[in-house]
Amino acid sequence: MAQGQRIERLGWLAGWLAVPALGFGVYLSIFWAPEDFMMGNVQRIMYVHFPSWIATAISYLTAFVCSIAYLIKRRPTMDYLAHAGVSVGVLFNTTGLLTGSIWGRPTWGVWWTWDARLTTTALMLVIFLGYLAVRSFLEDPEARARIAALVATIGFFTLPIVYQSVKWWRTLHQPQSSPNTVDPDMVVALRVMFVAFALLAAYLISRRYALARVEGERERAELQAEA
Amino acid sequence: MTRADWRRTWAIAWKDLLTEQRAKTAFNAMIFFAALTLFTFGFALGPDASGAGEAGGLLRHVAPGLIWVAILFSGVLAVDRSFQLEAERGGLEGLRLYPGDRKAIYFGKLIANLIVLFALEIVLIPVAGILYSIDIWPRLAGVAAVIAAGTIGFAAMGTYYAALTVNLRARQVLLPLLLFPVLIPVVIAAVKGMSLALNGDVMGEFGSWMRLLGAADVLFLTICALTFEFVLED
Repeated sequence: MAQGQRIERLGWLAGWLAVPALGFGVYLSIFWAPEDFMMGNVQRIMYVHFPSWIATAISYLTAFVCSIAYLIKRRPTMDYLAHAGVSVGVLFNTTGLLTGSIWGRPTWGVWWTWDARLTTTALMLVIFLGYLAVRSFLEDPEARARIAALVATIGFFTLPIVYQSVKWWRTLHQPQSSPNTVDPDMVVALRVMFVAFALLAAYLISRRYALARVEGERERAELQAEA
Repeated sequence: MTRADWRRTWAIAWKDLLTEQRAKTAFNAMIFFAALTLFTFGFALGPDASGAGEAGGLLRHVAPGLIWVAILFSGVLAVDRSFQLEAERGGLEGLRLYPGDRKAIYFGKLIANLIVLFALEIVLIPVAGILYSIDIWPRLAGVAAVIAAGTIGFAAMGTYYAALTVNLRARQVLLPLLLFPVLIPVVIAAVKGMSLALNGDVMGEFGSWMRLLGAADVLFLTICALTFEFVLED
């Protein structure tokens, strides 16, 4: 359980650091960063949109690594962390899609378009919602952990080819901006928001992990009481 | 996979096909469901849609997509059954206890599913040709290549997820829920490829879509075969 305590302590640290980082980031992105030349104030949604995807990537990567680690080592801790990663990833995946949709309406004229990145991230959400659904339908803790880990692993491995296929299919989303083409003040605000969202994701994962651990321990105690 | 493993693979495939050939429960339902799906699209898209006289009727234009939707929906019924018979009668325990590589079970089930799906498509494609007035015969080679490559990708993932969900409550809801999102590359490439094979390939794109389909097949088969031993632990 020492490992679990370390995860939770690091999570608390990330949570406390996230509070000033988020405050500072919001200040920078609303008052300090300049208005976009073409899109005006609408563009400021970028400071939530893009960091959401960073947080999504961190969460799903955690889930992927922990799923593989679970299949090899069979430690419940890895299963709890994978579950936490997917839960938090689904949250930020949703905020990313929602903010993108709100941003897309005034700039592209539509709420949704069948662009490669939009479609791939939406499919990613469906794949990991499937992961959560599978978990809820399995009672045996070990079978649930193993099957969930396989669903996450296969889902993760197929993402590149999903992206490639949809990209060939059609593409509208602007290519990634590089720091060279973006106003330096915007880059600063965006970087601060990256860090804030990364810390927030780490904190949420650690809380979800703590919950999964308590649930797992209760489940095991119940199974032992029955046996 | 040793030679003995390949013999086991064939034995499992043969057993599954023999059971299916004697009972025909899944196959008849599948054919009926697939044909009904194609038929329903005709109603959904309107009676004039097939307009044989016009240069390109709506139904003919969207036929590649409709055919693949019909294959996916009815194919799920086939792959869903592939581990079900064993699970119901406790035969899965027996399969697990056999010596040798577990991949043999995966490939055996996969081959049986492939043959059932190909049999379905042999019936389905001419029916689609008739209902949507497409002249398939002169373009048969291209269509057959797309169907073969697309079906391999579908069966590779379908067999795997069928094994994964075999003990789940609500299996019949969860199998398509898990399967369809990861099959998107196969769906896109197969529909594009089929559309190019049927409507003419002016830009010479057919090859690249077939390569994407081939890449998806290889990737799916590799990761499914490599992780299958984890699926069948009890």
